[in-house]
Parts: sequence; C-alpha cells; structure tokens
Amino acid sequence: MGSPQLPALEERPDRQASEVTRPATLRAMISRRRRRFPWVLSVASVLVVAALMSPLALIIIQAVQAGWGQVWPVLDRDFVATLLWNTIRLALVVTALSAAIGTAMAWLTERTALPGRRVWAVLLIVPIVVPDFVLSWTWSSIFPSVQGFTGAVLVMTLHLYPLVYLPMGAAFRAADPGQEEAARILGLPRWAVWLRISVRQARSTLLGGCLLVCLSLMAYYGAFEDLHYQTFTTAIFGELQTQFAPAAASSLSLVLVALSVLVLVGEGAFRERGRMQRSGPMAQRAQTPIPLGRFRLPALCGVVLLVGFALGFPVAIVCYWWAAGAASALPAAVSLGSAAGYTVLYSAAGALAATVLALPVSLLAVRHQRHWSSALERSTFVIQAIPGVVVGLALVFVASRYLGFLYQSPQLLVAAYTLMFFPLALVAVSSSVVRASPRLEEAGRSLGRGPLAVRLTVTLPLLAPGLAAAFCFVFLTAATELTATLLLVPTGVQTLASQFWAYAEQGVSFGAAAPYAAAMIVLSAVPAYLLGQWFDRRSTREPGETSMLEVLS
Amino acid sequence: MSAITCTGIGKSYGNSGSPVLEGLDLEVPDRAVVTVLGESGSGKTTLLRMIAGFDRPDSGTIIIDGQAVDSPSRFVPPERRQLGYVAQEGNLFPHLTIARNIAFGLSRRERGTRRVEELLDLVGLGGLGKRYPHQLSGGQQQRVALARALAPRPKVVLLDEPFSSLDAGLRASLRIDVMRILRQEHATTVFVTHDQQEALSVADLAGIISGGQIRQFASPETLYTRPADPGIARFLGDANIVSGTASAGAVDTAFGQLSLAEGNAPPAGPAVVLIRPEQVSLQPHIGQSAESGQAAGQVIHREYYGHDCVVLVGIGDGEQPLRVRCSGGSPVQAGDKVLISAQGDVIAWPAGPQAKAS
Repeated sequence: MGSPQLPALEERPDRQASEVTRPATLRAMISRRRRRFPWVLSVASVLVVAALMSPLALIIIQAVQAGWGQVWPVLDRDFVATLLWNTIRLALVVTALSAAIGTAMAWLTERTALPGRRVWAVLLIVPIVVPDFVLSWTWSSIFPSVQGFTGAVLVMTLHLYPLVYLPMGAAFRAADPGQEEAARILGLPRWAVWLRISVRQARSTLLGGCLLVCLSLMAYYGAFEDLHYQTFTTAIFGELQTQFAPAAASSLSLVLVALSVLVLVGEGAFRERGRMQRSGPMAQRAQTPIPLGRFRLPALCGVVLLVGFALGFPVAIVCYWWAAGAASALPAAVSLGSAAGYTVLYSAAGALAATVLALPVSLLAVRHQRHWSSALERSTFVIQAIPGVVVGLALVFVASRYLGFLYQSPQLLVAAYTLMFFPLALVAVSSSVVRASPRLEEAGRSLGRGPLAVRLTVTLPLLAPGLAAAFCFVFLTAATELTATLLLVPTGVQTLASQFWAYAEQGVSFGAAAPYAAAMIVLSAVPAYLLGQWFDRRSTREPGETSMLEVLS
Repeated sequence: MSAITCTGIGKSYGNSGSPVLEGLDLEVPDRAVVTVLGESGSGKTTLLRMIAGFDRPDSGTIIIDGQAVDSPSRFVPPERRQLGYVAQEGNLFPHLTIARNIAFGLSRRERGTRRVEELLDLVGLGGLGKRYPHQLSGGQQQRVALARALAPRPKVVLLDEPFSSLDAGLRASLRIDVMRILRQEHATTVFVTHDQQEALSVADLAGIISGGQIRQFASPETLYTRPADPGIARFLGDANIVSGTASAGAVDTAFGQLSLAEGNAPPAGPAVVLIRPEQVSLQPHIGQSAESGQAAGQVIHREYYGHDCVVLVGIGDGEQPLRVRCSGGSPVQAGDKVLISAQGDVIAWPAGPQAKAS
C-alpha cells in the first residue's frame, strides 16, 4: 500500500532568495494573520507561578535580612551535621525499602496469580490515607520501644511504600506482554525477563516513586516528633516555637530546601529521556497472570503482614483507644464536629484554589508547547521540594511583618494549602487537558457551535474528571496536613490534625485523641476512594497513557 | 460554479519560516468529488485545515460558495462556514454517545426529529446510537464521524485521510460505502490522501500537491495517461521512463518509433518517454532476430500478484530494466530471453537534467 516517494518535480526557485525579496507589506500581513499569542493564559500562568515561588523568596529574604553573622552560627554547629546525617540515612533506607516493597507488591497484585489480588490491590493503597503522625502515634502508644532511627524507618516505610506501589502497579498493568514474549523467545529465563524488561521499562516510574518518597519524608514533622527522631523539620519547629528564633529557623529551612532541590535535580539527571515504546497500535492483549507455585503461601503471608502493619494495626489501635477513652469520659467529642467542619472548609477551599490555579498553567503548557511554557510548568514542581514547615514559616513571616491583618486568619492557612499542594492539582488537571484535544474543539466548531459553546459542551465535560481528581487529591492531602496547619491555624480554631496533635503530643489522653484520628482517616478515605475510581477507570481504558503518578514524578 | 476557490495560498510554520504552501491555487467545482494527493508533509492537511477555518493562511484568499471566508480583510470562523469535516482519527467526542455525537451539529429543533436515526441507518450503524465511541471499532468510528459531519447537511465535506488508520481490506470497503453516501447526499467533497489508488479510484478530479503548489489538476484518467512530468507519472503508478528522440508526432525509442498522444508535442530532439508497464508486451525469444519495434532482453525477476504479474526485463545498454505487466498465467521465468514491444500512444518530455534526476 506504500506510496512511492514523489520525487522533486522540478528545480525549486531558491528559497533564500525569495525570502529576501518578499515585500514588506506581505511580511506585515503574515504577522497579522498568524495565530495570536496566548496573552491571557501566559499572564495568568506567570502570576500563579510567581505566587507559588514566593515562600522560597521570603525565606531567602528573611535569612539575608538577618545577616550572615546570625545565620552562620546556626549552621556551623555539630547539630546541623547531626540533622543532615539523620535526614540522609533515613531517606536512603526508607526509599530503598519502599522501592523494594512497592515494586514487589505491584508485581504480585498486577502480574501474578496471587489469591484475591484485586482486593489486595485496593487494600495496599489505603495506608496512604493514614496520616504519618497517626501511624507513628498508634505504634509508639502501644510499643514505646518504637522510636529513634528504627522506629522512624518502620513507620515511614509503612506509610510511604504506596507512593511506589501505585505508579509501579499502573506501569506493570500497562506493560506490553508482547515485549516480554519477545525477550523469552530470545532465550531469557523468566526472572531475567522480569528484571531486564518489566522492571527496566518501569525504571523511570520507579525513580519517580522514590523521588516522592524522599521528598515527603523530608517534609514530615509529626511522626518524627512522636518518635523522638531529630530531623530538620523538628529542629525548625523547635527553633520557632520554643526558642522563637525565626532567623535560625529560616537558616535551617534553607538547608532543608537545598537538600530537597538536590534530590529533585538528582532524579532529573537519572531520568531516562526516551519514552516507553509500545509495539503496534492501541490494541493491548490481556496479560496472563503468572502462577506463583510454591511461593504462593509466602507471598500471601507477606502481603497480609504488610497490610496488617500499615493499615489493620493503626485502625485497630485507634478504635481501641477510642473505646478506652470513652470509658474515661474526657470532653473530647465536644469539638469533634467543629474540628471536622473547619478541616473540611479549609481543605476544600485550598483544593478549589489549587485546582482553579492549575488550569491556566496546564492549558498553557499542554496547548501552547514552547520551551518557556513547559519550563514554567516544570518549575512549579520545585514546590514539591519546599516542605510544609517552610511554607508555613514564610507565610507567618510575611503576615507578621507586612500583612498584619492576615496573621492567624483562615485565608493564610488556605493559601498555605494551595501553595503546597499545587503540584498535585497540576498533575491531575494536566492529564485531562491532554485528553481534551484541541482537535475535538475544532470538530465541535466545524459542526456550527461557537467558541464559547464548544468550551462548555466539549472541553469542560472532558476536563471535569481531571478537575474533580485534582480537587480530591488536594483535599485528601490537606485534610491530613499537620506541619503548616500547626503554624497557621487561626486563633480559637482547631482542625482535626491540630486538635489530635494537641491531645496526642501531650500524651495526656490517647483516648481523647483517637476520635480525631478516626475522623481524619474517614475524611480522607472518601476522596481517596473517588480518586481510586477515577484512576482505575483511566488506567483500564487507556493502557498506553502515562499514569497520574508517573506524571507527578 | 465553483464551490471552493483557493487563490495564492501561502503558509509557513515555525520560526524558520520554511514554507509549506507557496501560492497554491485550487478550484473545486460544485458537487464534484475532488481528491488532493501528495506525500506526507506536502501540506495537504494544512490546506484542508485552512479551508475548514482551523488554521489561517499567511497569504491568499479562500472563497466558499461565492463568499470570501479567508482573505486579508475577512475571516469567517469555522462554525459559520457550514462545512463537514472528517479527520483521520475521527475525533468523536468521547464523553457523548454515538447518537449525541451525531446530533451535536443539529439545531435544537432538528434533534427531536428522526435525522439521527436516518444518519445511523445511512452509515449502516442502526441501533448503535446508545453506545460510546470507545465501544466501536475503528471502521465504525469513522462511519460515525462521517454521519456527524453530514448531519447538518453541509454543502461541502472535507475528508482528511479518513481511512488511513484502518487496515487495507476495511479501508477499501468503507471507501466504497462512504463515496456512495457522499454522492447520494450531493455534497461537494474534498478528499486528501497520500494513497494514489484511493485518490484515483474515488475522484472526479484529482490534484497532485508538491512543492507547496498543485502541480497538476485533472481527471484521474488524464493524470494517469497524461501526467505533466515524469515525477507525477511515477507517483501515480508503475512507470517506465525511457530515453528517445522526439520528432513531429512521434518519438524514436529502443522499441522503434512510437506515436505521441494527441496534444503532446515536445520539441524535436532528445526526450524522455513514459511507457506504462501495461503498454509493453513480451514474447519468448527463441532464435529469431528482433524485428523493428522489438527489443531483446532477459527476464531478471518476476513479481506474481495473482490477477497479473510484473516482469522486470533487462534490456542492456545501461538502460533501466523495464517493468512489463503480464497476465497472471504468463509462463516466463527469471533468466528467459524475451522480445519486448510497446503499444499505444506514449507521452514524452524534453530530456533535461531534472528529468534524468527524477
């Protein structure tokens, strides 16, 4: 069916020459009829990105204002070296463990004949909705020996492995069995195929998952405070709340941000530039599950144990303390409703703002692909490297210094959520902006509907799932956020996280804290469920598409 | 009267400004089926998108139905051009059912009528209106895309390689169906493709696009038998380009003197001559000497296609081997010595460096 090449039909007039002689009026006309520059989108995007980058700028300003003389003594201490060592060794161990566990679990549930693998696939994701500080509290409240480095490794791994599991599962699901078959026919044994084809192809996905684990871990505060493990976040908090030394806190923050940016850059350098290739068009053959044979029972035990430790145990302990607390009749339940209400209000407002702001940036980056527009989009991912404590600190600084009326206002807390979780929203929105192809808008217009009508009847319905997912994603994360919340929660108000912390940290009443933990888990489980539905539908319908978390990395 | 007139269309992309179209002219007669044929990157999709109003030319004028829709002073947006457009990928709305996809371009009042069912029946998908696009096969999706484009009864339908994502068998049958429907609806059709068989088989008129311009615009028969230059001749099918010497009304070649087609009058002197494989016949060469009008050669290779076969014959003298179309049952084998001769009128062009190069 191939058509023969159409040879050059005759000598063309020299292009260069005709270019030069083109009359000026024609050139003017050309520029007038060219596609317009997307001014509105560009200006909106630049404003959004500038706002997002402001915390970083503020921290730098504060450290600079304090002057080198004040900053250096803070940094030039054995203390900072200890913090660095603590953070780095924990990051390395937890990332490696999460990568191993997440990959193994993803492979077991997606590719093997593990009994009940559909159910396990869901249960293995759920631990992500148990906040880190709740998980650490449940463990340390029952086993006081769970603390320090080993305690932190245990809790962080149980909490963070889903960040590897989720994208790897999607990658294994989307993997083309044809390529694995090709490798086997070339004589590779099954384990070599697994390592050299399946995992190798998912390498960038794995790397992305590890990046998320690493960055999240560096940003956590609550769990480490609980487990008496000193990291940068606990030190920054200490400087701020007990010593009230904002300059010292800023200096430490700068080190933390630098460390995070280093991780981000390092991941970028390791990342493969090549795209995954699928052989053939859309059609993907069903994968046949691999029988586990004599590894069936050990594998099942491993999965049960992991789900038990990461999900079953904390849920059971929360219930246990709640029951025990109810017996001691502490006045805990009184403000549970109000704390839940404020949590929903602030999280929803932050989620809404992040989603709305993500839209122009994503539209610009996807629809008007130029070097600077994608650079603009990518720069926002640096925000992932700015921990909540730093965002909180920056906003406290700006409010107390310049915008006094905002200090301890709900708006400031919502702004913090928006800033921190913008990248999550951007990822979810972008994945549906990619689907809402401008070709479909053109099809709509050639059928006689105007630009506005087409946007309402074609573009918006196509974007809706992505916008909803972005909202859920941010809501779920904000509802369980502790660090920035503690710094910024308005006076006279408690959210579920801050109230839980108030009870749990003092250690006075585990029973009083339990209902708040339970409420947080329930509250974040709902959007997580919705998100899972969306995620599942997408990955089954378009197996070739990059998964959400793959993009996130 | 012309349904579409494009005059002096120029378009270049990117900062480098390398032109895709340079002063292209095209006139599509009312109710005609016109194909635009060119290799990928020749600007044929660009042209179609500018007629539809999705892109704007840098220069030139587009007139549809006597009304300027794109000129330096005027631009009619796509939704007011009343065209049907079917893209390569179909571009069905994934969030709407088939029925609602087809009804998309209809007015509120028409949506209540039987128009949607009519169209579903027309494209042979009756009863599938409640399905979603992803539940249909590629061929069915393209049928829906056509039905959607035809629903508002456009005067002009633009087709951008609508069958190229389908496999060969399905492509042929769907092409026949679609063309029947388009002629039934009396729609002026512009059909862009890179497949010469497709272009020749469906068109009333076909244009060859290359180098940013329409090189030749004529009926498929004319294009095949009277191509404007050797390049077009080769693009439209198997072609033997042999050298010869032109004189008044005839050209001398290795096969003796062949008469030139009417109206083809290259200047006397060296010429290149187009001889289609089906114009050449061969017979076994067993001892007898070649008569005038015959050339001796040896079979190099035989390609068997079932209904016929193409034999590659070397004729020596540094000439390109000749392609000869024989019946499928022809007994010649590689290595056989044969005598070949040409029949019918031929086309010749003055020999020149560019003719040689092509």
